[in-house]
Amino acid sequence: MLNGIPINFYIMLSAVLFIIGVVGVMARRNAIIIFMCIELMLNAVNLLLVAFSTLHNDASGQVFVFFIMAVAAAEVAVGLAILSMVYRNFKTIDIDLLSRLKN
Amino acid sequence: MLGYTITQWLFGILSFLAIMFALMVVFTRNPVNSVLYLVLTFFCIAGHYLLLNAQFLAVVHIVVYAGAIMVLFLFIIMLMNLNADTEPRKHIVTRVIAGVVGGVLLFVVVGALKGAEQLQIVQGGASQIGLVKNLGKVLFSEFLFPFEIASILLLAALVGAIMIGKRDTNINLK
Repeated sequence: MLNGIPINFYIMLSAVLFIIGVVGVMARRNAIIIFMCIELMLNAVNLLLVAFSTLHNDASGQVFVFFIMAVAAAEVAVGLAILSMVYRNFKTIDIDLLSRLKN
Repeated sequence: MLGYTITQWLFGILSFLAIMFALMVVFTRNPVNSVLYLVLTFFCIAGHYLLLNAQFLAVVHIVVYAGAIMVLFLFIIMLMNLNADTEPRKHIVTRVIAGVVGGVLLFVVVGALKGAEQLQIVQGGASQIGLVKNLGKVLFSEFLFPFEIASILLLAALVGAIMIGKRDTNINLK
């Protein structure tokens, strides 16, 4: 216990960050903020993957985080393109108003 | 210092800052401030990566997330001219319910970890796998095929984003 940090602390930190993201998705109406909260959840999971990969001295976890970053970048590019298209057509990105998927 | 090492102090400070900034992301009304707080959260997470000696991922995290993705978010928000006045708000009951659900979820996770083993330690600075050399070796030998697939995925996302974002959507297929 002298030099290190218990893995439980990392699990707690990741759980707290993930749940802040979940609350953000549920409590906000702006679609861009919801996107950002999803990014926050992805990062909480990434942090836990890196912590466990360091714990077990296995590089696969960190490679997984690298791939998650690539997929998140692709997801954000497509998602923001869709959102800007929605804003151009409906002049709003309030998800409560967009929930019916029709005009 | 009070029986804790520098690593443990840094872990505590970075965790506190990360959680505070993450809370500010959710509770700030202005979307631009929200993005800036999320950038600060990402810097704290990059600090955690450095603490775990995952140097390559820390740099990639700052470059990709704080540098590219967040600038994209900021760009779109400023393009739509969103600010605190135009920000739609959920009903107070919905927000209270969201908070309660989050609290219960946290309670479940903490409760599930109650009986977990306490002795496992993440050694700060002892591990060498996070360095560019070792990670590159694994990435280009064991994970070469997924790496190539990721490049195709990024190309598809690039083409898709351009197709969706084009102003003229009446594409003539004939």
